[in-house]
Amino acid sequence: MPDTAMPDTSPLVEMQQVERRFGGGKSLFGKPRPAVHAVQSVSLEVQPGETLGIVGESGCGKSTLARMLAGLDSPTDGAIHFQGEDLAEAVRRDFKAMARQIQYVFQDPISSLNPRKTIRTILETPLIHLLGLKRAEREARLAELMDAVNLRPEFLQRYPHEFSGGQAQRIGIARALAASPKLIVLDEPVSALDVSVQAQVLNLLDDLKQRFGLTYVFISHDLAVVESVSDRVAVMYFGRLAEVGPAKRIFAQPAHHYTRLLLDSAPVPGKPVLVPESESGELPDPFNPPPGCAFAARCPAADERCRSERPPLEAKGAEPEHLAACFHPPRVGERA
Amino acid sequence: MGGYILKRLIALVPVLLGLTLIVFLIMAMIPGDPATAILGSYATPENVERLNRQLGLDRSLPEQYLVWLGNLLQGEFGRSYSLNRPVIDEVLERFSATLILAGTALLLCSVFGLLAGIVSAVRQFGWTDRIVTFFVLIGISTPSFFLGLLLILVFAVNLKLLPASGMYAIYGGGDLPDLLRHLLLPAVTLAAVATGVISRLTRTAMLEVLRQDFIRTARAKGLSERRVVYRHAAKSALVAVIPVIGIQAGFVLGGAVYIETVFQWPGIGAMLVKAISTRDLLLVQGGVLVVAASYVLFNLAADVVQSTLDPRLRR
Amino acid sequence: MTGQRKDNRRPSAFALLLNNRMAAGGFFILVALLLLALIAPLLPLHDPNATDPSNRLLRPLTEGHLLGTDALGRDILSRILSGLRVSIAVGLSATIIAAFFGSLIGLLAGFAGGRVDNLMMRGIDMLMAFPYILLALAIVAVLGPGLINALYAIALVNIPFFARNIRGVTLGLARREFVDAARLAGKSPARVLFTEILPNVLPVIVITMSTTVGWMILETAGLSFLGLGAQPPQADLGSMLGDGRGVLFNAPHVAIIPGLAIFLLVMSINLFGDGVRDVLDPRLKSGALTRPVARTAIERDPASVPAEDAEDRKAVLSVRGLRTAFRMGRRQVEAVGGVDLRLGQTECLGLVGESGSGKSVTAMSIMGLVPTPPGRIVGGAILLKGEDLLAASDERIRGLRGGPVSHVFQDPLSSLHPLFTVGDQLIEAIRAHQPLSRAKAQARARELLELVRIPNAGRRLSAYPHELSGGMRQRVCIAMALANDAEVIIADEPTTALDVTVQAQILTLMNKLRHDKQTSILFITHDFGVVSALCDRVAVMYAGRIVETGRTEEVLDAPAHPYTRKLIDCVPVLGQGERRLDAIEGLPPSVDNLPPGCAFAPRCPRAQESCRRGEITLQEVAPGRAARCLFPLEAGEEAAAHA
Repeated sequence: MPDTAMPDTSPLVEMQQVERRFGGGKSLFGKPRPAVHAVQSVSLEVQPGETLGIVGESGCGKSTLARMLAGLDSPTDGAIHFQGEDLAEAVRRDFKAMARQIQYVFQDPISSLNPRKTIRTILETPLIHLLGLKRAEREARLAELMDAVNLRPEFLQRYPHEFSGGQAQRIGIARALAASPKLIVLDEPVSALDVSVQAQVLNLLDDLKQRFGLTYVFISHDLAVVESVSDRVAVMYFGRLAEVGPAKRIFAQPAHHYTRLLLDSAPVPGKPVLVPESESGELPDPFNPPPGCAFAARCPAADERCRSERPPLEAKGAEPEHLAACFHPPRVGERA
Repeated sequence: MGGYILKRLIALVPVLLGLTLIVFLIMAMIPGDPATAILGSYATPENVERLNRQLGLDRSLPEQYLVWLGNLLQGEFGRSYSLNRPVIDEVLERFSATLILAGTALLLCSVFGLLAGIVSAVRQFGWTDRIVTFFVLIGISTPSFFLGLLLILVFAVNLKLLPASGMYAIYGGGDLPDLLRHLLLPAVTLAAVATGVISRLTRTAMLEVLRQDFIRTARAKGLSERRVVYRHAAKSALVAVIPVIGIQAGFVLGGAVYIETVFQWPGIGAMLVKAISTRDLLLVQGGVLVVAASYVLFNLAADVVQSTLDPRLRR
Repeated sequence: MTGQRKDNRRPSAFALLLNNRMAAGGFFILVALLLLALIAPLLPLHDPNATDPSNRLLRPLTEGHLLGTDALGRDILSRILSGLRVSIAVGLSATIIAAFFGSLIGLLAGFAGGRVDNLMMRGIDMLMAFPYILLALAIVAVLGPGLINALYAIALVNIPFFARNIRGVTLGLARREFVDAARLAGKSPARVLFTEILPNVLPVIVITMSTTVGWMILETAGLSFLGLGAQPPQADLGSMLGDGRGVLFNAPHVAIIPGLAIFLLVMSINLFGDGVRDVLDPRLKSGALTRPVARTAIERDPASVPAEDAEDRKAVLSVRGLRTAFRMGRRQVEAVGGVDLRLGQTECLGLVGESGSGKSVTAMSIMGLVPTPPGRIVGGAILLKGEDLLAASDERIRGLRGGPVSHVFQDPLSSLHPLFTVGDQLIEAIRAHQPLSRAKAQARARELLELVRIPNAGRRLSAYPHELSGGMRQRVCIAMALANDAEVIIADEPTTALDVTVQAQILTLMNKLRHDKQTSILFITHDFGVVSALCDRVAVMYAGRIVETGRTEEVLDAPAHPYTRKLIDCVPVLGQGERRLDAIEGLPPSVDNLPPGCAFAPRCPRAQESCRRGEITLQEVAPGRAARCLFPLEAGEEAAAHA
């Protein structure tokens, strides 16, 4: 149930130079193994009560970041603090305590429900293992949860395969809500759903946030979806933050050419295609990353400096909240 | 490709080491005094004494292993007490006979298994499919040693078409036609089960491949159905079946134990059975090591063939 | 809920098993053999070990000895029954031991992953480096001959088999999202393994057991046959067969009868095991393993074939009243329930709908690419420049596919053959329709790659699909569709699997090529943004039928059908982030259970009583615009309740 909102300005989550490397280390004979940096030097804050959207294309590291935020994975370098406490350490010490605070909604709604368990068993699991509720308390809470996500209570008896994607995702959301967490990480929660159902789930998420005073980290590849739910948006490219800022600013006036390209690429009814066909769309080789800006090879404004030096993430333009990692940010109205 | 083969050859070293380790550990499991167990209860005390020293039983287990391995690497497999000759000589002599038998059987089961599998997938639910399915069921449910006896009864005893046992006729034999006459029944018996397994898995693999998107693409390109099935689908199915053939090689090599006993084929399998009943454990050890090593090499060959067909595996 | 009813209708696993004639046969033989083996001591039979030298080697059907006697004059029937008991007991025990330890290793290795997995599987690999029976022989050699030792040996050598299988399945399950979800719900790793993963692995364990128990019985019998298993006076079927070998030439029945008994036992187990596998393996349950034929089956009523009209003659491609059905068991479900489409010269028509609306089935029906079984075309006509494709010969269709009519599919990785180079696949497509030498075709393939803006086209010809990025792969697919100057390209969600920026490039490319090449495109998508980037006209599908058609900008500006309106409004649009989304209540109906009247009526805010009955036709609402609605929206009108 909603905590009585304290006028607290300290961030709920604070990421400091978070890095996640896969592979690496040394082989038996001391030869270094190839390593891939899925996430690199990400510093980001999540304020209580806001929705932070993280947007990017496949391979940009957004899902890895999401898993680390939920304690399902740990950074190989840097740290994530949740309410001032080091998340990786807290997870090691008491996973359940952390799981009561942070929950996760998965991309594939059907695959996130065990096919051999009824919905009741699935939803009871957090009530038993996280909250230790007695049977009667559990019954009451189950009814509350099903009501919160607009599902009929008789669905509790059923198995996951009997549900459509949208209904299954509601169940996934109910499970995340079960332990009344503060933060919910939503990893592409609507991208597996049909558009007509997608809207239902987005509206539901909006209602729940108001009702329970939740904080969301919302990950998606769909700019329009992110725009519709987020207060602030972080754009990721090739494992790093390209741009961070208030949603309105970013979508109205992107300060990174990659964001610009994303906006131009998104198909919008009534809008002609704007992307030049010469654009390659190729990502750099992850085993052999370029020394400068990872986007330089695709960037219309890239020069020698961009290719040799990595642009820092810093405030661009009037708003101090609006950061971008670009030496030559696009001007207003400019097309990629 | 050369690099890939080299890599696989290097990767073979730990496998072969593991192989020897397992054999060593099994031998170390022998209850009681190993030397007596190895030499048999009629061994003279000096022989037991010598073997104990040879085995280095006064040393720790890892040390014993290293000494034993060192001997193996020098081709020193010990001496068979029941045959009173070096194990390595006997094993290599016998192994060539097994290789002829198992090689023929493997060739038979690969060719017929693949063909039957592809045909029965293409004619799914047709008569060919049903007949193949029926024979596959019979094949994998019949003990090979029983099948061997039946074939002897029919073709050697009743029809008198083929010899019942041995590798060559005792009088006037020794040429290739004679070998082939003797080879036919045991090779067919040995291949029967493996043919069933391979054709079954080929059929499944074909049916799975024919559902793939790239088959739809091939059809959408306007290719003839023959080309779709025998070029596009069969190649993918083959890649899936080659490891199965590799595994079947193990069953064929092992199954040779029964078949050689039934047909009195002078191979390593028949030798092993005799060696076990006379508890000639050094002979058992030598035979097991040589057959296992040849199986490992065969699997390597299967891997290489598979990777020439599938570029995704070449890394 | 349809789910509920379906569930009730689904027969139990056991009923399914008995439905399978072969499995049922195996099951009954097996039960009979088990019963015989169990009640053997109660039957009035000879003592299986009582020798009677005066009555040795009696033939079967001798008085008092139904199956005859062996070399020591023992009654074969009673020996077979006691041997059966031993063989079954040993085979089952070996299976259970192997399954237990093997599954445990597999579960732990697959779940732990990393170093633990590596170490365990290396060990298993070592064991598997031995030819199976050889290892068993070595173990028996050391432990000494005997039935129990043979049992241990057979169980031990089968452990790797179980471990490998179970590890593979566990590994796949451990990566599934529900495992993470269970962790987040507070379950400890051990609890996750045994309460979340194990229940999903159990069917695989049962399948593996049921398919290996026959094999293990064979193997123990084999060891006994060699004299290394059961020792006299104890006898199993294998050692009896081995005994019979000595008298094979003068009394073959002594060997043949135990041999047949083993065969019968193992065969019944295999039949039953296959049945169990078919029931438990969901891939087989859904009939996935039936081979689709080269072209969709056509079973249309000749009377239902619509006559050609003037409009058809103008169109390149004209679909009239197309109905395509899927046969699910005894039911027939019409995924496409009477679709009319016209694709004009050099036109791009967008076919829009949600999943299950029948848009892809419609598109794939045109060239007969809907898999049969279970699909079949049950009505209508498809006219390519006046020629009825549903009446054309298979050979004619093959000539059209990839020639005048080509396709681009959704997932470029799975649509390209993984084992052939891009060049091979392009050359093959060219030479299927043009009599070119390989060298000429190769030059043409290179031109095609350049046409779709693939850099280093010459080098890329020898690349395999997995070596290219998703966008490049889709360019290859487009090049293939252009190989023979197609007049019509059927593109089934060609950009859905791609990233946004790549999607934009592919759309730009297709837009340019279609104007350069004067090609007509039928473009299937769920995204109105994509439609508006490329398509001249649009047709919206819902529940297997077209509900609205018209010029793209007109439909987008002023949709006539409430569904179209809602479908446009429920998608967030860039630059309108503040807007609350106008979600469509409820769920799309399943096509096997359509409501009478308008299929959208239950979700439609404007629905009236008249919407819920009778056939509602596609009516012209403006020149070139049609909607399947009794109360179409006026321009600018919201889809709210009808006044």
